Amino acid sequence: MKLLFIVLLAFLPSLIIAQQQNGKAGTNNAGLTLPSGFNAIIVADNIGKARHLAVTPQGDILVKLARLKDGKGIIRLRDTNGDGIMDSQTGFGNYGGTGIAIKNGYLYASSDQEVFRYKLNDKNEVIDPESPEKIITGLINRRQHESKSVTLDNEGNIYVNVGAYSNSCQVQDRRQGSPGRDGCPILDSAGGIWQFKASKLNQSYGDGARYATGLRNVVGLDWNQQDNALFVMQHGRDQLNMFPSLYDSKKSADLPAECMYMLKKGDNAGWPYIYYDPFLKKKILSPEYGGDGKKEGSSKYIDPAAAYPAHLAPNALLFYTGNLFPGKYKNGAFIAFHGSWNRAPEPQAGFFVVFQPFKDGKPYGDWEVFADGFSGSKEATETGRAQRRPCGLAQGPDGSLYVSDDNRGTIYKIAFSAR
Amino acid sequence: MKVFLFLILFVFSSLALYSQVRKPKAPAKASAGASSSLLKLSAGRGKVVYAVNCLPCHQADGGGVPNLNPPLIQTPYVTGDKTRLITIILKGLDKDIEINGDTYSNPMPPHDFLKDQEIADVLTYIRNAFGNKAGAVTAPEVKKLRK
Ligand code: HEC
Repeated sequence: MKLLFIVLLAFLPSLIIAQQQNGKAGTNNAGLTLPSGFNAIIVADNIGKARHLAVTPQGDILVKLARLKDGKGIIRLRDTNGDGIMDSQTGFGNYGGTGIAIKNGYLYASSDQEVFRYKLNDKNEVIDPESPEKIITGLINRRQHESKSVTLDNEGNIYVNVGAYSNSCQVQDRRQGSPGRDGCPILDSAGGIWQFKASKLNQSYGDGARYATGLRNVVGLDWNQQDNALFVMQHGRDQLNMFPSLYDSKKSADLPAECMYMLKKGDNAGWPYIYYDPFLKKKILSPEYGGDGKKEGSSKYIDPAAAYPAHLAPNALLFYTGNLFPGKYKNGAFIAFHGSWNRAPEPQAGFFVVFQPFKDGKPYGDWEVFADGFSGSKEATETGRAQRRPCGLAQGPDGSLYVSDDNRGTIYKIAFSAR
Repeated sequence: MKVFLFLILFVFSSLALYSQVRKPKAPAKASAGASSSLLKLSAGRGKVVYAVNCLPCHQADGGGVPNLNPPLIQTPYVTGDKTRLITIILKGLDKDIEINGDTYSNPMPPHDFLKDQEIADVLTYIRNAFGNKAGAVTAPEVKKLRK
């Protein structure tokens, strides 16, 4: 009996490798469904709760883990023999978190309350992994919506999401019948995007600026180079079914939209007072603040740039600037939807990567599913028991698209081969 | 490759056989009777309470949501001490606690708006659903802990 087990174990690695090579040959695309001409392989697996990731011009992949694995919170993956598979893995950083980005010779990475940066050498390798500079500290982390995603502009600023530690700013969070708090005090220190200097040490709230507010929780964000503007994806509110006379379970599953916003300094997207109804195409007053499902909220809140189905949890946003993919993808947006839970008892949805076409720096035309199949099956999607959940997106130096999964710890590479 | 497949097949079929042979006979329970049918009734009502109040977060299969809402499958909170369990429903829970090795970032709101009997029913249900097996919770036990 034991012997058989050992034999089986001995074969496992070759099975995994065989699967990866299958992907490479374009036969099963590592289990993903892609538009024709695209192919996918798994370049690394089981690396931990892989949140966001960044790729250096040399092709090293740096992945931020939500929780430490073997004491490390950042994993560096490298392909040492040029076969496309990341065969070398090292780690550093003694903190879990989500955000990671490379800009102007530095690697930026966040815990759930701080942001660090590491100087890179001329090969874009971290020079001193053990002593990063702490550039931002003291950000609020009250468990819920804790991740601090980051992106940078071209003027030396870094943008950090501070999610609201609440669903809809009720007196008692998520409790049926608890009213919304007037002048929601959470917004003073959370529920928005904060702007800091990318190169100044030990900044906290007083040193930065609240760039935009009224955003419940943003995990995916990116700087749009065409517009020279910040775009974010908001996780819309949950549990409209706390008001069963206004929202039955179907309505609660389909409302509100997950919204993409283009943000200018000072913008207010309206959380917790309003939500966006994609069917009425209106900003609707939240039921905790006197809404009835139809009354519109104040027009001082900005409109979304685009709207997506409810509760799909957009965890990454990436503007594609590469030349590998066909022309229509250039400057458009990829969005990784982590997948829903608050649609229950309706079937869950998401667990895919979407492409949103852009024209002249604005969303243009309908979004489409770009990469699907992460969950493993239709049943796994509908029950929410997904095998993998797309969470991070990054563009490789050759224009390929990398996708991270924070359930199994899988990294995919999606490429295009012209026919 | 073929040899390998054969090996896998062989391993699994022999494993299946092995576990069948080893399966212990379920001991015949004598005391079942009245209390077990009361439990069934309470759990049946509890299933309805669960669908409205708990399912949105803990999901239909009780499996929860990774990193956000914990599972109710074989956790010490569900099948263990009834006082602790009832208190979670009455007062809610929002702490960094490990539940079977993982932490969950959402808060659980207080459900003190449910009646004593509804709480007893829903807890009896979760203690005997999703593969759990534990004693019933009664309305007087809930009442005692309500302030
Ligand atoms: C809004 C989402 C939500 C709702 C609704 C909810 N729970 Fe929870 N529940 C949670 C979260 C989140 C935790 C963990 C909190 C923590 O870690 O501090 C939890 C913890 C628990 C626990 C203890 C931990 C475990 O997994 O064993 C039990 C038992 C439980 N809930 C049962 C229930 C029951 C029964 C209901 C319905 C009456 C319910 N919950 C409704 C989110 C919810």
